[in-house]
Amino acid sequence: MKIAVVRFPGSNCDADALAAAAASGAEACYVWHRSTDLGGADVVVLPGGFSYGDYLRPGAIARFSPVMRAVAAHAAAGRPVLGICNGFQILCEARLLPGALARNGGLSFVCRPVRLRVETDTTPFTARYRVGQELTMPVAHGDGRYVADEATLDRLERGERVVFRYVGGNPNGAMRDIAGITNEGRNVVGLMPHPERASEALLGSSDGAAVFDLAAAVAVA
Amino acid sequence: MRFRARVRVMPRPSILDPQGQAVAHALGELGFAGVAGVRVGRTVELDLEAASAEAARAGALKMCERLLANPVTEDFALEAVEPQP
Repeated sequence: MKIAVVRFPGSNCDADALAAAAASGAEACYVWHRSTDLGGADVVVLPGGFSYGDYLRPGAIARFSPVMRAVAAHAAAGRPVLGICNGFQILCEARLLPGALARNGGLSFVCRPVRLRVETDTTPFTARYRVGQELTMPVAHGDGRYVADEATLDRLERGERVVFRYVGGNPNGAMRDIAGITNEGRNVVGLMPHPERASEALLGSSDGAAVFDLAAAVAVA
Repeated sequence: MRFRARVRVMPRPSILDPQGQAVAHALGELGFAGVAGVRVGRTVELDLEAASAEAARAGALKMCERLLANPVTEDFALEAVEPQP
């Protein structure tokens, strides 16, 4: 099982994502954003960071990187794609996930551990969790307020496509406390918190490690 | 011919604009009375080579739809397309 971590200019969580992927026992590799293929990877991770300096809007320019055509094809084939933080922003800008990530409600950059509740276990990235399980992971973002129109929010709720929700405090004003969502096919997941920064006890929490434990999910797919 | 197109991108009214709220608060602190609301957007100036003003306008609109504005959170308006010397 091979996990590709895409590096954009300005990605800064790529090494952590690669380490978390490798720690799960997968073969992990980097893919440069100019690449037109994913090196035969089974799973693609778009890591956190500030691709293109967040110019214009976070993710707005990165979504047109050549690699994104391969990512869109991978997603359309029903194969797993994970966007973390800036990766989530890129997936929304690319319309692979609905909605957008707007400036935090409080304006300040928020960098601290948050509590999350797992809302669904039927995605490749949450198959190792229980619905209702609470996790601690850090957030680190200035533009993490999930927004979408009411119809889209209702559609997400009805389809059980809210993957993670903030509990015990909403760090950014996200609508309906949404921290992560999935697409209709349930193979594309985006979340603002950083599971790779909570992937071993030494980091203060290992609650995020199971996000990268994909062997079972990929073997089934 | 060269044209300058000016695009205004604003947060949609239905979307909370924390930047605008912060500016409104700061104006109140500075003693400016009667500031009922503030919203902060951006202006993008495009210098375009095009055969006509209509072509420049059409090109600018495509750029807005594809990149310059995010329809989930922003509205855009093409404010001016002016020939440049």
